[in-house]
Parts: sequence; structure tokens; C-alpha cells
Amino acid sequence: MDLAQIVLVVMWAGVTLYALLAGADFGAGVWDLLAGRSREGMPRREFIERAIGPVWEANHVWLVFVLVVLWTAFSGVFAAVMSTLYIPLTLAALGIIARGTAFAFRKAARELWQQRLFGGAFALSSVLTPYFFGAVAGGIASGRVPAGLARGSIFTSWLNPTSALGGVLAVLVCVYLAGAYLCGDAVKGGRPDLAEWFRVRALAAAAVIGVVALGGIAILWWDARPLYEGLTHRALPILLASVVFGSASLVLLWYRRYSPARAAAMLGVIAILWGWPLAQYPVMLPPALTYRQAAAEMSVLAATIVVIAVGVLLIAPSMAWLISVQRRGLRGEEPPA
Amino acid sequence: MGTWQWAAGLVAGPASPQDLIAARTQMALSLGWHIVLACLGVGMPTLMVLIEWRGLRTGDEAYRRLALQWAKAIGVLFAAGAVSGTILSFELGLLWPAMMGMYGQVIGLPFAAEGIAFFIEAIFLGIYLYTWNRVPPKAHLFAGLAVAFSGALSAFLVVCANAWMNTPVGFAVAGGRVRQVSPWRAMFNPAVPHEVLHMIVAAFMVTGFLVAGVYAVGLLRGGTDRRHRLGFIVPFTLAAAFTPVQIVVGDYAGKSIHELQPAKLAAAEALFRTQAGAPLSVGGFVSGDRLHYSIEIPKALSVLAGGSFDTVVQGLDQVPRADRAPVAIVHLAFDLMVAMAFALLLLSAWFAWSWWRRRDLPRSRWFLRFAALSGVAAVVATEAGWTVTEVGRQPWTVYGHMRTADAVNPAPGLWVGFALVLLVYLVLTVVILYVLRLLRTERPVAPQEPEELPEAKAR
Repeated sequence: MDLAQIVLVVMWAGVTLYALLAGADFGAGVWDLLAGRSREGMPRREFIERAIGPVWEANHVWLVFVLVVLWTAFSGVFAAVMSTLYIPLTLAALGIIARGTAFAFRKAARELWQQRLFGGAFALSSVLTPYFFGAVAGGIASGRVPAGLARGSIFTSWLNPTSALGGVLAVLVCVYLAGAYLCGDAVKGGRPDLAEWFRVRALAAAAVIGVVALGGIAILWWDARPLYEGLTHRALPILLASVVFGSASLVLLWYRRYSPARAAAMLGVIAILWGWPLAQYPVMLPPALTYRQAAAEMSVLAATIVVIAVGVLLIAPSMAWLISVQRRGLRGEEPPA
Repeated sequence: MGTWQWAAGLVAGPASPQDLIAARTQMALSLGWHIVLACLGVGMPTLMVLIEWRGLRTGDEAYRRLALQWAKAIGVLFAAGAVSGTILSFELGLLWPAMMGMYGQVIGLPFAAEGIAFFIEAIFLGIYLYTWNRVPPKAHLFAGLAVAFSGALSAFLVVCANAWMNTPVGFAVAGGRVRQVSPWRAMFNPAVPHEVLHMIVAAFMVTGFLVAGVYAVGLLRGGTDRRHRLGFIVPFTLAAAFTPVQIVVGDYAGKSIHELQPAKLAAAEALFRTQAGAPLSVGGFVSGDRLHYSIEIPKALSVLAGGSFDTVVQGLDQVPRADRAPVAIVHLAFDLMVAMAFALLLLSAWFAWSWWRRRDLPRSRWFLRFAALSGVAAVVATEAGWTVTEVGRQPWTVYGHMRTADAVNPAPGLWVGFALVLLVYLVLTVVILYVLRLLRTERPVAPQEPEELPEAKAR
């Protein structure tokens, strides 16, 4: 394994964590949107807030990590993607602003209309942000972002069938992930009634994902043939794994086995995420720019790996503490003092 | 494709000089907005830990309530600071992809490290905000210290990257490509010491004076209780102590710039003619190649820049016209920064004298009135200082290597993005100020105690 490969894997691990953790936060925002009118939605919204409260800030940092590693280790790819896809990326960035601040503000707001306003901004941007990220992924995967500065169309690079598929799937996957997490959290938090409410809707979301994914095969065949070829040949095992895990999580959710359902849902998402780079490896920007051509110099890659390694050593124990705090908070444990 | 071309025409047409101006203004706006929150992100956790620690030592409940209230404000400010920082990392790519494409690998390292420091900050802030009463006091204090430390570390790392843009080292260019990159050398470039010191001290001043300013208003309105007094005295003392330090650091920064970027010093001082025994020009306005109506202190610039009356200070005559920064703006910003610094020094001295004589605040209400404005003055000084650093670097993005005009995204329609971002920042500013006002009241509505929300909400 060369240094560039190591950085590539670490960066993709960052993308995976962003999808699994922040993706669930986005999904929770969508659930917030669907939670119903003010009065009956209140316990649901409040529970969602409690579940993601302590962690969402940290989850969101994975995005910064991925961006920074991308521009450090593969500067050209970063520049090409950013310059061509600047419209959806600007919109995603605005979504991040609206989301992050609205969430914090809603907690501070006291009037119902303020909570509604901030809640609405939070929930709406929770839909739009993953959609635009999915559309960006679709644009790259379908070869619409050429190497160089702003060489691709600033419109069709993200307004195309594969991007639409990517965006819709991204939103749905976030919704499903969050649904699976929240069911488990609700049971742990002693609210089986809420778990039931989330469960039914998560099952519905899973059914929609199945339909969209099947339709997606046709879209990729028609719109992004090389990606289709890669997915159905080299990445086929991992694609099948995602189907197996996804279906398993559905069955487990049906039987209210929430912990394994959540694990299976995560594995399903991981499989989808790793299927994409595997399908187009070693190409980073289709059709032709490989990761090796795009990689920074050895000295830079080595320094990046050192910094990341030190970071992991510092972050892992801190994160463990944070998660234990969140778990305790969910169980509603009272302060020791 | 017809529809798309029509839409493209509607949005902007091809990339134009207006797009460059839009990109620069957008970057300046985002950075100028973020920098205030970044200062608070460095300074407020320090203040909070300080006061929580005092509370633990003395057992005084007023300290603890103050710390809790500041923690709520930090929760809101951190959320806004985090998103505006994330937006900046987007904008580096969205607006300046040519710079990032070419030099991303050279300055990536401090940003990568900053990502990690920011991560740690976010984690410990989560712990801190959610564990009042849930962990032993020392553990809670430790979490707060970790927030303060990683905040300062973030500032250090980001400023390292900016310092590189001012004194780019650690690479060679051959055949239009960057080669022989030594990322550590690029990160610890010559401008790091003075820029970092100047910025971190500024962060403590901005925080101290801003927070004290809020309580000064409270005291003026007749709040005489202990919490108001402490809320004023602790941050004001911190900021007042840092003010003379900042003036020394600023002098050191001036000497460094004299060596590293003489063209920037010439612009800041509006010095058009290279000369020994150069005078220090205060005020005045630039028209053509002359500075009019300024107060000149003979030979002072030579002393400040090089420590001797005969030091030769490079003037703008040594800089090709196409490579000159907009002198009028840089000179004005520089004077503004220095003026604010000295005004704050006077105010700090007033406070120190009164405290030394009577262990009390000055009796004059004018002191509180000025103190209420001190935060604004510190923010103005910081923004002006950044204007000197950044506008003084123009027309270069990477000093001496890449011009700003060559760094910008060649895609059309950047001004639409600018308009959107402007709108968003306007709304955000209003909302943040409003939410902070809500937090000022004593009623327990903390984001940190979700279990208290149901009654408050079901109305």
C-alpha cells in the first residue's frame, strides 16, 4: 500500500463516519420535519433534540476533516470539484449554516413561533444539505467533473439523472439511519411509544429506498455506464452485501430487534459508500484522472498521516467520554452531586 | 443545451472582473464575520474556566451562576463560529480553487491539524455543556480547559496558514507545478511568530472588552449586584492586562513586517519615498502618490521599524505600480487599529489606577460608558488589523507567487453566491444578537438542560 492509498482510505473513512453520524443527524432533522403539528410533535422533537444534542456538533466536524484532507493530499481534485460544482456546494454550505445555527437557536428560543421558525429552518436544511451532497457525488461519479478549473458545466454537472438519484438516495438513507437509531434510543430512554412511531415510518422509508435503488440501476445503466459497469463487476460483492445488510436491518426492525437492526443498517450504508470508490478505482475523477496522478508529494502525504495519527490518539478517548455522556443523558440519569 | 445557456446568461454571463470583486468581498465578509466569533471561541472558554475555578475555590455561588450563564452563550456562539468556519473552508475551494489546486498541498498541513484541534474542541464543549452537575467538578473544569486550549491551538494553526500566504516558503515551482514541498517548513514560516501572538492577544482583548461591555451596560442601568460587578471586573481585568502586551507585540509585528514584507509596511505608513530617518505619519489621506495633512513624527518610523534613527525604510517607490496594495485603505486601517489600541490602553490605565488607589471601579459614569464601547473598539481594531494584513498583501494571494486575480474561480456567476451569502450573514447576525439577548435573562432555559423544556414548550 503506498502513502496515497493510505490517505485515500483514511479520507474515505472520514466520509463514512460523516455519513453514519452526521447523516443520522440530517435524518433526525427530517424526522423533526415529519414529527407532526406543534402539540403532538413536541415529545418527538424533544426526544430527537435530546438524542442528537451533545454529539451533533462533533459529528459535523468530519466534513471539515474530509475537505481538508482532500485539499491537502489531492489538491487538484479538490479544486476541480469545488470550481465546477460550486452551485450545489454553496447551497449545501448555506444549508449547513442554517441547520447548525437554527438547531442551537431553537434550544434557546422560548416562544412557540420562534421554535417553529428555527425548527423549520433546521428541518428544511436537513433535507436540502444531504440532497446537494448526494447530487455532488452523482456529478463526480458520472464523470461530469473534468480535471482542471471549472471545466465542467456549472449546471448539468449537478442537474442530471445520476445526481438526482444520488441526492434522493442520500436523503432517504439519512432518514432510514436516523429512524433505526432513534428506535433504539427511544427504547433505551424508556419511551417505547415513540419507538413504535419511528419504527413504522422507518420501515416505510426502507421500502422507498428499495424502489429507488432498483430504479437507480436503470438510471446508472442509461446515464453513467462506466459506473454501472464497475458496480456490477468489480464492486458486485460489496453491492450485494449492501442489499443483504439492508434487507436484514429491515427484518430486524420489523421484529423490533433494534440494536442489531441499527448495526445492519450501518453496515448496509458502509457497503454502499465503499462500493462507489471500488467501482471506479483507481480513477478519482472519471473518466481518467487517477489518484496517483492527483496525489500530493510524499513529504505532504507522510506529514498528513502523522497529523492524523496523533489526532486519532487524542480524539478516540475524548469521543468515548462524549458518547458515554450522551448515553447517560439518554437514560435521563440524574447528576451525582 | 439551449436552456442552460439561457440560464447561464441570466445568472451572470462569463466570469468577469465583477466576479473577482464579488469573490473578494465575500471572502472578506465571511472572514470578518468569523474572526469575531473565533476570538470569542478562544477567549470565552478561558474566562469561563477562570471564573468556574474561582467559584470552586471560594464556594461563591455568584461565580458559578456567572459561569453557567456564559456557558449558555458559548453554546450559541460556538455553533455560529463552527458553521462560519466550515463555510470558510468551503469558500477557499469555491472562490479560490486555482490557489488551492496549486498550493493546497503546501498549506494543507496546518489546516489538517486545525481540523483535529477543532474536533477536540467540539467534543469537549459537548461534554462541558452537558455535564454541569453530572461529573465531578474537577473533571468538568478539565473539559473546560480542554476547550480553551484547543481553541487557542486552532487559532494558532489557522494563523500559520495565513502567515504562509504572507511569507510563502517550503516549496519550489518548476514547469508550472509545485515541487519539493516541505510541509513543516511551510507551516512554521517566518511570519508565524508575530501573526500568531498578535492574533491570540487580540482574541483575549476582544472577548474581555466585549463581555465586560455587556455588563457595563448592566451597571449603567443600575444593576449593582455582585454578579454584575463580577461579570464586569473579571473580563475587564483580563482584557486590560493584555492591552499593554498587545502594544509591545504590535511593535514586534511592525519590525517583522519591515523585514519580511516591506511593501506592506510602506502601504500601512503611506511612505512613498524610500528614506533613512523616515517619519511616522499619523492620519491624513492619500491622494495620488502623496499623503496629505498627516501629523509627522520625525524619524519615528525608522526607530519603530529598525530600532535606530538611521534605519532605511523602504517606500512605495521601490514597488512596481502594479504590485502596490491600495495604500489609502491600508493606511487608514492601520491608523484605526493603532488609535483603538491606545484608546483601550488609556481606559485600562484609568481602571488600573482606580483599582490600585481604592480597590474599586472609577466612580465616574463616563468610565462605564467608555467601557461599554470598549468591546466595539477591540473588534474594530481587530478588523482593521486584518485589513492591514490581508489588503496589505494585495495584489497577491500567495505573496510574490500568485496574484488574487489568478486565484479566483473562473466560473461565472460568483456575484450571485455573494448576494446569497450576504443575505444569510445579515439574517444570522440579527438572529444571534437576538438569541444572546434571550440568554441574558436569568430564567433557566439552558440548551444544556433538555429535561426542563417540556413545560416551557407546551403552551
